[in-house]
Amino acid sequence: MSSSAAKPAPRPTPDTAPYFEATKRGELCIQRCQRCERAYFYPRSSCPACGSTDVVWFTTSGRARLHTYMLSYRAAPGFEDQVPYAIAIVELAEGPRLMTNIVGIPNTPEHLVLDMELEVDFEPRGEEMVPVFRPLGVTS
Amino acid sequence: MSPKALGAIIGAAETERLGTVPELSALELHADAARRAVADAGLTMADIDGVASAGHTPSAVAHYLGITPSYLDGTMVGGCSYLVHVRHAVAAIAAGLAKHVLITHGESGRSRVGAPPRWPDPSSQMGQFEVPYGVLGPPTMFPMGVLRFMAETGLTHEQLASVAVAQRRWSSMVPRAKFRDLITVEDVFASPMIAYPMHLLECCVVTDGGGALVVSAVEGAADRPKPPVYVLGTGEAMETPLVSQMEDFTRSKAFRLSSQLAFHQAQITTSDVDHLMIYDAFAHLPIYGLEDLGFVGRGEAGAFIEEGNTSPGGSLPMNTNGGGLSYTHTGMYGMFLVQESVRQLRGEAAAQVEGVELSVAQGVGGMFMAAGCLVLGTSATLG
Repeated sequence: MSSSAAKPAPRPTPDTAPYFEATKRGELCIQRCQRCERAYFYPRSSCPACGSTDVVWFTTSGRARLHTYMLSYRAAPGFEDQVPYAIAIVELAEGPRLMTNIVGIPNTPEHLVLDMELEVDFEPRGEEMVPVFRPLGVTS
Repeated sequence: MSPKALGAIIGAAETERLGTVPELSALELHADAARRAVADAGLTMADIDGVASAGHTPSAVAHYLGITPSYLDGTMVGGCSYLVHVRHAVAAIAAGLAKHVLITHGESGRSRVGAPPRWPDPSSQMGQFEVPYGVLGPPTMFPMGVLRFMAETGLTHEQLASVAVAQRRWSSMVPRAKFRDLITVEDVFASPMIAYPMHLLECCVVTDGGGALVVSAVEGAADRPKPPVYVLGTGEAMETPLVSQMEDFTRSKAFRLSSQLAFHQAQITTSDVDHLMIYDAFAHLPIYGLEDLGFVGRGEAGAFIEEGNTSPGGSLPMNTNGGGLSYTHTGMYGMFLVQESVRQLRGEAAAQVEGVELSVAQGVGGMFMAAGCLVLGTSATLG
């Protein structure tokens, strides 16, 4: 198996640190605007919809749907044993979308059905943890 | 249609050589293109008082060429930057900031001589939120919406492949093109899978090269050696620096907004367009572009290209140099869109289309990050 820790690691910045502190706790936390109530991703100090700086972190449900994906036939560092592997976009139940990997099922067009239900899991990248997603109900 | 000229492109040239040019650094590619474009305009470097560039800063390019400009534009929004530079240049000239603006592109995309590193920093947005998932540059990111596009519109893999087939029909007539052999949909499917659903032949070539433009006022443009190409409309727009944050993975907001600005300013509709260039780093971009610019309806672009409408002899000649898929793609390809539009309007293109009076060049920057659109015309288009 590939070593997830050998995969490219993010380096958090002060504005993104709460996100990566949460992933280490096994939680996917994003921000929500207190004024317009929109949830948003990626982390930042004001709401991209209304500009308010009255924003708070919250823990998402971890539920998502597969929005779209590609299958990379060349390996990024740490992905050598997984080719081809899915680089996917998922839509969180709370609305925002993010890039991720899909685990727990073969990464083939037959298994990766758009809009399939997913739930969050976490994998190491260097010293950090990042969210990945597996089909709902499929345990690791 | 009665457009008013905002400015004129009086000089245009590409580097003497394109493709694999390891003996020239990226800055030398800027300089080679710059000297040729200034000569094409019938000017000398001493006449240039404005410099715009991306990839390298305009100050780096100006100093290299011994120019002391009164106008600098370092707008860097990816491969469409040069179209945006034209937009800014005509405004700057109208405001009296400069008389002759030199816009340069040079990139050692293949040989990487004197070129900046490509891998993003781990603390960048891409480094934190995309790179950890195993992305390997644009081939694994830019076409991220294609499967969604197929699911929502019925676009087929064959239609996607037909983009590459159509553009090879054009490049087969272009001696400077990197790839000139005609291909079929089956050839595309037989080429290596790079990142499903994109095969090698649905991805752009990777080359060294450059190009440059000289933009001036309308007054005096007709006195230069070459027929002026008038700037009739311009637009710029942006969407997101992260492809994963596109608002709609089946549409480019920046394509739509930038083209609306340019078409409105030029007072044209799609039916006025004789010739079209749409930035094609990958085969899906002309499909998105045809729909986002309004040339065809939702879900119609794949069949439109597959049926030959954009091929030689078709109703809408598109990417007539062969595009990024077959002609050249240095990394920030937008300069070459404008070069081909200028050649077609001057009547000096390798695969010349008869009677081109109005050409649209639509660029994209980053991965649906930004866009620039130019409506260009001959003197016959002026109202």
